[in-house]
Amino acid sequence: MLEIKNLHASVGGKEILRGINMSVNPGEVHAIMGPNGAGKSTLSNVLAGREGYEVTQGEVIYKGENLLELEPEERAQRGVFLAFQYPVEIPGVSNIYLLKAALNAVRKYQGLEEVDAIDFLNLVRDRMKLVKMDEQFLHRNVNEGFSGGEKKRNEILQMAVLEPALAILDETDSGLDIDALRVVAEGVNALRAEDRSIVMITHYQRLLDHIVPDFVHVLSEGRIVKSGDKELAKELEKSGYSWVHDAPEGQTA
Amino acid sequence: MTDQSQQLESITQREYKAGFVTDIEADSLPPGLSEEVVREISRIKGEPDFMLEWRLKAYRHWLTMDTPEWAHVHYPEIDYQQISYYSAPKKKDDGPKSLDEVDPELLRTYEKLGVPLDERARLAGVAVDAVFDSVSVASTFQDKLAEEGIIFMPISQAVKAHPELVEKYLGSVVPYKDNYYAALNSAVFSDGSFVYIPKGVRCPMELSTYFRINAANTGQFERTLIIADDDSYVSYLEGCTAPMRDENQLHAAVVELVAMDRAQIKYSTVQNWYPGDENGKGGIYNFVTKRAACRGESSKVSWTQVETGSAITWKYPSVVLQGDNSIGEFYSVAVTNNMQQADTGTKMIHLGKNTSSTIISKGISAGRSQNAYRGLVRVGPNAENARNYTECDSLLMGDKCGAHTFPYIEVKNPTAKVEHEASTSKISEDQLFYCKQRGLDAEDAVSMIVNGFCKQVIRELPMEFAVEAQNLLGLSLEGSVG
Repeated sequence: MLEIKNLHASVGGKEILRGINMSVNPGEVHAIMGPNGAGKSTLSNVLAGREGYEVTQGEVIYKGENLLELEPEERAQRGVFLAFQYPVEIPGVSNIYLLKAALNAVRKYQGLEEVDAIDFLNLVRDRMKLVKMDEQFLHRNVNEGFSGGEKKRNEILQMAVLEPALAILDETDSGLDIDALRVVAEGVNALRAEDRSIVMITHYQRLLDHIVPDFVHVLSEGRIVKSGDKELAKELEKSGYSWVHDAPEGQTA
Repeated sequence: MTDQSQQLESITQREYKAGFVTDIEADSLPPGLSEEVVREISRIKGEPDFMLEWRLKAYRHWLTMDTPEWAHVHYPEIDYQQISYYSAPKKKDDGPKSLDEVDPELLRTYEKLGVPLDERARLAGVAVDAVFDSVSVASTFQDKLAEEGIIFMPISQAVKAHPELVEKYLGSVVPYKDNYYAALNSAVFSDGSFVYIPKGVRCPMELSTYFRINAANTGQFERTLIIADDDSYVSYLEGCTAPMRDENQLHAAVVELVAMDRAQIKYSTVQNWYPGDENGKGGIYNFVTKRAACRGESSKVSWTQVETGSAITWKYPSVVLQGDNSIGEFYSVAVTNNMQQADTGTKMIHLGKNTSSTIISKGISAGRSQNAYRGLVRVGPNAENARNYTECDSLLMGDKCGAHTFPYIEVKNPTAKVEHEASTSKISEDQLFYCKQRGLDAEDAVSMIVNGFCKQVIRELPMEFAVEAQNLLGLSLEGSVG
């Protein structure tokens, strides 16, 4: 599904990612953990194709294609989804309008016809149950006046509608109280599938209590310094991030 | 410049879709303006004496006036002697009696513009009075409207068929002395639309006029007069396009609306005159005076405009709220791109008691364009409990354009409540990236964000116009993002 090889990336001339190696197979859930400034968000932005991030070395292969050569929308159309840490507000554009436009953009790439209005509404209603969202959300402007929890649930709703092959969840747990975290996690768990890979980026272990990963990687100073299974996250929780700084570079999963 | 801005810049460099020239023979007066030309226009149109007298008064007054220079626009001085003041498609005998007799070339022009003439009009339920250069070519649905007692015809025809109405109301809202361009228009206007809705009648369909400037070096001076008698309702749509020309063309129109007791007029404009090329060569100078009088109590006038074209737009659709409890509304989207300049807004003049007005203005600037909102809210000494709410938002695309807001508020009655809100924002990289990450390409993303920005205005447009306006925004709104 996703193969990251020796990935180096800079922001404004400063090297943030310094040789990331990682391999994600279909159906796997990977957690990337690390302290602030380790390069977690840079990695998700590079994968999604955000402007301002310069890849200086290495490559990223997604389903056999060089991901880094594709425009952000081309990546999205091919099934790469980023759940944003800070979902942006779009005044005057209703949630349902964006959802439909996004779904149709993906379908167009897949050579499918635009979705019928009735089918679409049924699909969205069905998916809203996953994240316990009220139908009135559909008619509110994208993220405008949403609480932190509502914004994150909305991201997962979009994921549920678009059904990506690779979902990158960037700090999806940040700013959520325990109830909201549970709802979001249940939504994500419902979307785990054999043909779908999920990469979760998080600072805290608590998310992993709710979404149990197959692999955990520790990112520090732009490198993956340790990889393991979910037990690794528990160790981190106990000992904090400080001990990994001195650890030798870990095996990649 | 970032990749994204470059990409967006290329989207903004589109061809002007309506930029074709129709090859038909035209009868034109030679360029130049004099008392003789004014007399000649009146003679060609076979007007009654009162019209000629009025035109001459306007012309003589115009000679004493100076070009207004207060607007935030810049352009070389206009040589009024280089303009031809009359151009009409050559007539076969006495002119077309049905659509079959209309020059097929002309009909094709309308077809390209998507004007629903003939059968398509019937299906769409739109009555079209198409103004081609200066003469109304065909009016559809006149008969059907006549059954309701509604008069909808070219104003040149109304001058002869209903002189009493024209004489009573023409210039009653915008007097010929009002301003430089209104005086010029009053002297030389060649055609336009006339609408009269009788007492208690709700006009059963949207009335629509399509204006189009075709002949080179022709000024278009149309004049529209709409009268809604007591308890009547009418919705009027006006669309405008002009072919691509290197020279600048002058368009100085006057629109007057009169709403009597409890009458309602909804006037919608989608203006897509040729804006000039990306270097500012060519394009229409759009100097327009639009004003409504809410003469009767509880009357209501709404102006909705989507202005995407013209090299220069100078236009302030206004409402004079004379009747007690009358309501004035102004919803506007003004888009400027490349070298376009727009100075547009409204005037709400509160004279009656309990009058209220709403102003929603959305300005979008891209390229190296300049976009100004200029609005006056005046509350007279007798306007007890007058209310105004103004919201004025600007969206900048790129860092070479400008947005300006010039609000004027004059309140002479202490019971008035006047609110003004203004904001300026940019389409952010974050918004754009968010949409792209959901699979939308840059073009669709910008179009969606901008349409969202304009939603409050677009939703005021009648359905068929709203779709056209959204498409237009998609075509001409996209710009560079800084």
